[in-house]
Amino acid sequence: MSAKAEIEIIERYCKGCSICVEFCPTKVLEMDAFVVKVANADACIACNQCELRCPDFAIKVHKL
Amino acid sequence: MAKKVALLQGNTACAYGALYAGCNFFGGYPITPSTEVAEVLSEELPKIGGKFIQMEDEIGAMASVIGASLTGQKALTATSGPGVSLKQELIGYACIAETPCVIINVMRGGPSTGMPTGPGQSDVQQAKWGTHGDHPVIALVPASCQEIFSETVRAFNLAEKYRMPVQVLYDEIVGHMRERIEFPEPGELEVIDREAPSCSPEDYKPFDPSNGDVPPLAAFGSEYRFHVTGLNKAADGFPTTKAELVDAEQRRQLRKIDANIADIESYEEYQTDDAEVVIFAYGSTSRSARYAVNELRKEGVKAGLFRPITLWPFPEKRVAELAQQAKAIIVPELNLGQMNLEVERVAKGACEIIGIHRVDGEPINPGQIMAQVKEVV
Amino acid sequence: MAYDYEKHIRAGKLPHIWCPGCGHGIAMKGLIRALDTCGLEKNNTAIVSGIGCASRLPGYMDYNTLHTAHGRAAAFATGVKMSKPEMNVIVVGGDGDGTAIGGNHFIHACRRNIDMTYVILNNYIYGMTGGQFSPCTPTGHKASTTVYGNPDPIFDISKLAIGAGATFVARTTAFHATQIDKLIAEGIKHKGMAIIEVLDDCPTTYGRRNKFRSVVDMMKRLKEIAVPVAAASKMTAEQLEGKVLTGVLYKEDKPEYTEQYAQVIERAKGA
Repeated sequence: MSAKAEIEIIERYCKGCSICVEFCPTKVLEMDAFVVKVANADACIACNQCELRCPDFAIKVHKL
Repeated sequence: MAKKVALLQGNTACAYGALYAGCNFFGGYPITPSTEVAEVLSEELPKIGGKFIQMEDEIGAMASVIGASLTGQKALTATSGPGVSLKQELIGYACIAETPCVIINVMRGGPSTGMPTGPGQSDVQQAKWGTHGDHPVIALVPASCQEIFSETVRAFNLAEKYRMPVQVLYDEIVGHMRERIEFPEPGELEVIDREAPSCSPEDYKPFDPSNGDVPPLAAFGSEYRFHVTGLNKAADGFPTTKAELVDAEQRRQLRKIDANIADIESYEEYQTDDAEVVIFAYGSTSRSARYAVNELRKEGVKAGLFRPITLWPFPEKRVAELAQQAKAIIVPELNLGQMNLEVERVAKGACEIIGIHRVDGEPINPGQIMAQVKEVV
Repeated sequence: MAYDYEKHIRAGKLPHIWCPGCGHGIAMKGLIRALDTCGLEKNNTAIVSGIGCASRLPGYMDYNTLHTAHGRAAAFATGVKMSKPEMNVIVVGGDGDGTAIGGNHFIHACRRNIDMTYVILNNYIYGMTGGQFSPCTPTGHKASTTVYGNPDPIFDISKLAIGAGATFVARTTAFHATQIDKLIAEGIKHKGMAIIEVLDDCPTTYGRRNKFRSVVDMMKRLKEIAVPVAAASKMTAEQLEGKVLTGVLYKEDKPEYTEQYAQVIERAKGA
């Protein structure tokens, strides 16, 4: 399986709420010391749910 | 050509003065004894494409006026003491956000609902100290229908020139009496509009002090986009808690008045040159005082009248001089001693300060003033 | 390319002040997408707010922005809209700001049906002052001033708006991110007073006191309580217990205030 999008994390905006991690349907994201990181890039289906629900403008989903 | 003349009520004169000054927005709430200002403007403003709105309450009225002013309108509200009490928070907002607007306060008795149809001069200290926080204050106190017209024009001019709210206070007697007034021709009285920014929109800072203490004000809806807040802010308009920026902003605002006293100050003196007793009076009370001076002079008593037209900033310098010259300054006012305190503060004990106070809904008559003057001499 | 939110945001203003997990940022993104969808010109758009966490939103936006006094946003906005009816006026604020201290301005702006879009972020609490109960804090719940449980009944903001005369009333939640921009956009296009209530989470001052273990728990709750209007019509009263209707709750065409006033001007000029 290959990633449908590239996820960009703007770390200095991320406040570590973990909403994106919870609601990602394919478990692409993980928390790492209160900041989100891409743990499973290939699983991304470009659904944009993480970006839409990130309250901190810290995630950008670049569709491939 | 003969000037247009009319027999007008003070409140009506106020409305026409506002129109002369270019007022094109009125936001108000009905309150005695000021409602005629709203009534006249509700009829006249739409004729010139201006806007009149009767808001849901006094606070909303003040809010609508500030909102309108930020789009570049010349905005007015008119109310009385209880309404001014409610408006205080947003008068403070207009101060900190440096938004030009004019507030008419047709004074009645108080506190609270007080005597709605009776005259009072009990809001003169409120005009200075009514809001929380420090900020500049300009308050004008006309004493005739003609002067209500011209002072309303001047209030708009000062508001626009110094980017701040200006209050016009007159008691119910002046507001409801009818006098002959001459309408000034267009151009006869100066009409000032706020300075617009000349920099590029990208460089615009709504509170930038670098070109003087009164920064140009852009309008919402122009090519200048900016932020306005009631929080302490920096020159760019955005909130700050940096001590030096907060301090500089507040001091700059006070400087707008302190450095321009000569431009803002206005008073009238009558028979004060050799006066042994000076009567300090404003509004309707000054009319009784003038009559008293005339009668006393006939009797050989050296009485004179000092009548502030700009009440705030207070005409400190001249009142201090008169205190040196006179045996006593008598302060008749329709309250229990408000400007009396300011005269005392400024006189610094140089002469006796005697108040004549009345809060029973009746005017102070010349006889009361004459009796007090005679007691002194 | 990812969606470019920052072209609507003032340079250097992010990160914002809201707490981790606060849904206000999700609502702000929805608002930005709606402004984009409707193609509103920045110079010709004013965003007005009162006081509180939600009311800090306009400060981030690269528009004409007016952060007013507590509760007064709708009244300031009325002055702006009356003066320049050609401007788009958006109001943003919280539940306490809009329906307690600003309740009078709120209902009268609705009554006038003045053309503005009021996005009210209902997080059930006064967040900025530390979690005191608002008119929307559920009865029995805890706030810093209702430690024994809130004795007050609540306002249903949407019902309040409909009752007061708003002609477009919609509700969604911070969980339903794509619905936020759709409803706001519909509200902007609607001629008249549009109220969009966004049920939101305040993990810091409401969630903690009311046994939500995490932000995620609060988001899940928003997901669970929301029932689209169409689905609700097929549900029993029992099934609807504890649920909240979402979507367009009310829409009506009625004369708009500034258009009515334009007619006043015509009549006055003709007189």
